[in-house]
Amino acid sequence: MYTDWTIYLTFAGAGLIMLLPREAKTAICWTALLTGMAGLAVALWGYFTYNSGMNELIRTRGTGLIDLADVPWIPALGIHYHLAVDGINFPLVVLNGFVCVTGILFSWNIEERTKEFFAFFLILIAGVYGVFMAMDLFLLLVFYELAIVPKYFIIAIWGSTRKEYGAMKLVMYSFIGSAVVFIAILVTYFASPAHSFDLFALRSQPIAYNVQVWVFPLMFAGFAVLAGMWPFHTWAPTGHVAAPTAGSMLLAGVVMKLGAYGCLRAAMFLFPQGMEHWRWVIAWLAVVGIVYGAGVALVQKDFKFIIGYSSVSHMGFVLLGLATLNVIGMSGAVLQMFSHGIIASLLFAVVGRMVYDRTHTRQLDELGGLAKAIPFACVTFVIAGVASMGMPGFSGFWAEFQVLIGAFKMNPWLAVGAAVSIAITAAYILNTIHKVFFAEEEQAHAGSGESRWQLPPISLPEKIASVILLALLVIIGFYPSIMLDMIKANVELFPGITK
Amino acid sequence: MTSMYLQICGRLTAEIVLAVVALAVLVLDLILARRTVTMSARMQMVACVAGFGLIAAMIVLVLGWDQEPVVLLGGTLVMDQLTILFKFVVAGLSLLTVVISIRYDVGRHVGEYFAMLLFGTIGMMLLVGAEELIMIFVALELTSISLYVLTAFNKASPALARNSGEAAIKYFMFGGISSAFLLFGLSYVYGLTGVTSLDDLSRIISQPGAVHASPMLAAGMLFVIVGFGFKVAVVPFHLWAPDAYEGAPTPVTALIATGSKVASFFVLLKLMLVSFGGMAGSAFWGHFASGWTMLLAVVATASMVLGNFAAIAQHNVKRLLAYSSIAHAGYILVGLVAATKMGATSVLFYLIVYALANLGAFGVLAALSGRAGGEDMANFNGMARRAPFMSLLMLVFLLSLAGIPPLGGFLGKFYLFAAAVQRDPQQFGLLWLVIIGLLTSAVSLYYYLIVLKHFYVEKPVDASRIETPVYLNVALALVAAGVIALGLFPQALLALLDNLVGNL
Repeated sequence: MYTDWTIYLTFAGAGLIMLLPREAKTAICWTALLTGMAGLAVALWGYFTYNSGMNELIRTRGTGLIDLADVPWIPALGIHYHLAVDGINFPLVVLNGFVCVTGILFSWNIEERTKEFFAFFLILIAGVYGVFMAMDLFLLLVFYELAIVPKYFIIAIWGSTRKEYGAMKLVMYSFIGSAVVFIAILVTYFASPAHSFDLFALRSQPIAYNVQVWVFPLMFAGFAVLAGMWPFHTWAPTGHVAAPTAGSMLLAGVVMKLGAYGCLRAAMFLFPQGMEHWRWVIAWLAVVGIVYGAGVALVQKDFKFIIGYSSVSHMGFVLLGLATLNVIGMSGAVLQMFSHGIIASLLFAVVGRMVYDRTHTRQLDELGGLAKAIPFACVTFVIAGVASMGMPGFSGFWAEFQVLIGAFKMNPWLAVGAAVSIAITAAYILNTIHKVFFAEEEQAHAGSGESRWQLPPISLPEKIASVILLALLVIIGFYPSIMLDMIKANVELFPGITK
Repeated sequence: MTSMYLQICGRLTAEIVLAVVALAVLVLDLILARRTVTMSARMQMVACVAGFGLIAAMIVLVLGWDQEPVVLLGGTLVMDQLTILFKFVVAGLSLLTVVISIRYDVGRHVGEYFAMLLFGTIGMMLLVGAEELIMIFVALELTSISLYVLTAFNKASPALARNSGEAAIKYFMFGGISSAFLLFGLSYVYGLTGVTSLDDLSRIISQPGAVHASPMLAAGMLFVIVGFGFKVAVVPFHLWAPDAYEGAPTPVTALIATGSKVASFFVLLKLMLVSFGGMAGSAFWGHFASGWTMLLAVVATASMVLGNFAAIAQHNVKRLLAYSSIAHAGYILVGLVAATKMGATSVLFYLIVYALANLGAFGVLAALSGRAGGEDMANFNGMARRAPFMSLLMLVFLLSLAGIPPLGGFLGKFYLFAAAVQRDPQQFGLLWLVIIGLLTSAVSLYYYLIVLKHFYVEKPVDASRIETPVYLNVALALVAAGVIALGLFPQALLALLDNLVGNL
């Protein structure tokens, strides 16, 4: 299993791009694409190898974890360079690979400062791979913060609509979040008798209840900022809107998952009693976020803001699933991270790359009738949209359905609250589809019948990338066990989980 | 008597080499000034001699690494591995200052400039080795006076020269007052204890008794802290710093912000931990007790908050870095307040990391500001396209100062704050300082990113490329490599410092 090579390959790709002359745009794009594909191939190969040997592994060793690297890094503080994979982070590693490759394909038209764009892009991707595989709190924080700065430049240089404001807001929120996590990590280290930053060493010697109760919310909230938990979500819509297409894809696709993953892997893993103590607060905040995000999305006039707020809503499902502390809810949460990563990437690709780059507007009132001008975008958006509504047959269904069952087990009112949002989601998605792709067509029908849009056709890289992401939605939708079995088997081993 | 001098010559060779080179530089420049050599050639030749002098001093220091630790002149100066290490660091910082000075316009008095730089370095090196109150004062004055003079060397244009002169006067006035405070405080301490050596002082102060409880001693300590507060520029003794930093020639600013700060903090650490160890008091939240840790905790808080927030409002990059270095002095004090071995190690580690990154940042400014037309942020618009390599280095240095991994600044900050938490792992008495430190460092990322925004995001006004000399690229790239290496592989230095601090 060489899944840790995803990190090194991606860093190497970024380094190689920095060495290329800036005029060689084609070479830069191809280097980035090949790097992304190499990372994805390594991740996928590892994924299927792991999947086939997992049951055997869990039966013999009682854990689903496979170490990739574990060497002392800073022995003075008990810091290890510890990377490992299991069924919880593997889907996310693979997700990152897919978002990376498709993000590069959707950025094929970047003409301005191509070299720097792909260098920052790959550094961010490498950092994300690192966070997903790090099993040492310090190492996790290192990768987590490493991923912050490239986001600033990607948004501030290549973004649109108040890009500098959006970029700075995003960076400040994430950095303050990570400062809070930093505090929690220091306290954890000194409160634990283990004298190590290694998650499993820390876990093996439980931390006192009175410490757990106040450190857990610090660490959870610090990570949850990046997961877009209400009321810390306000960076997300502005950041998504300001970012260039690949930037929004990364933000919604993987960066928000970093936060949720941190909550799960670090906060919930280390502080089961703290989680027990705070789970109701988290669950209700999640429900508020779900309904609030969907409600705000309903009244937006800007196409991209709709998707931005819908991300807040869907990430609420992840947090709700985590708070249920039962196998079905948590498996749903992990699957939702993957599923929403794909759906959000697809939606942002349609909004940013296919529509905005061609029409130069995102106002619902100004758009309309695009179905005829760019039918491919319409089809993609409709499929991704219905997947986002939780339609059976797509990955979103399995994820949100399981979260709802889990929430129902915890408290039926939670499930009712969250279920309301599914209706609202259907409303804003259908409304958007209508306004953007069809609305004017009806009026035009009376007149000439010609579409007023004269748009360049959808290019090949866009089509390839969309097909890859759409295929994933359908594959997981029809054959969820390819991912769900792995997640379930590992979630069952998570400490403090009920059936 | 003779043997004592021989011993001093043997063990202080590095300082002696520098003194000789400083005089040689003056003579050389005198000769060159009579010939018809161009200004830049003169600058290069003199800088070369000064640079090789510093390299020679560094080699001498390295050669003395394995020698037995000695105490010279009846306990005034020590030479052990820790002092050798920090003398080496100080000399290295001066060497880099010389390198970034070569292309900087310091007017006609080239020889004097480099000679003062070397004298200042000698002062800093003696300060690192000083273990006695009088010696500390003398070394501190040698450093300060050299720096006052150097501050006034910015002669590129009449406006700059006026600013530079004003900065020097301001620096001198504040510095003089701080020296007076320091000397006054030291006189109280001496008057009560009758000793001037740090070790003797520590012995007398840690004994419970009349001296320990004397309010005069507390007053003496307070004045010492005030005096050092000026030297290391912490709030509320920081008022000179932004003006002096802005007015001084950029290489000199670099030396004030790094070399002199490293040496001053090193001796402050010794003074507080060793001599006043018995008067630490408590800075634990809810259990405050009077003593130097409480005082320094308050000063640290004020520096972190004011330094970071005031930096946001700056438009001149040098002023911004001045406020940021006030904030960094605050972080360093957090490690000092911990008053443990780990705290001392973390302070020393952070000093090195901070000095490298800050010197690098000033180095980039010095290299670019001439062609950019000044140090205002707007002058650096679009530098990523005009000078891509220098911009990349600036990115590394500023992100290290902001504490972004995997750079040295992140690990340094982590270690400082870890030391503060470790001081009281049951009640987390110093956690409040850590929280302030981390939240204000989130603020610091904001203004560092604003600077980087001008380098990377803004469009250049003038798209011409800025070429920088190869030796400067190499020197600054080495500094950046050091910053990255200390972040990725800190273990060697941490273990070494931890080991050496045991002897403090």
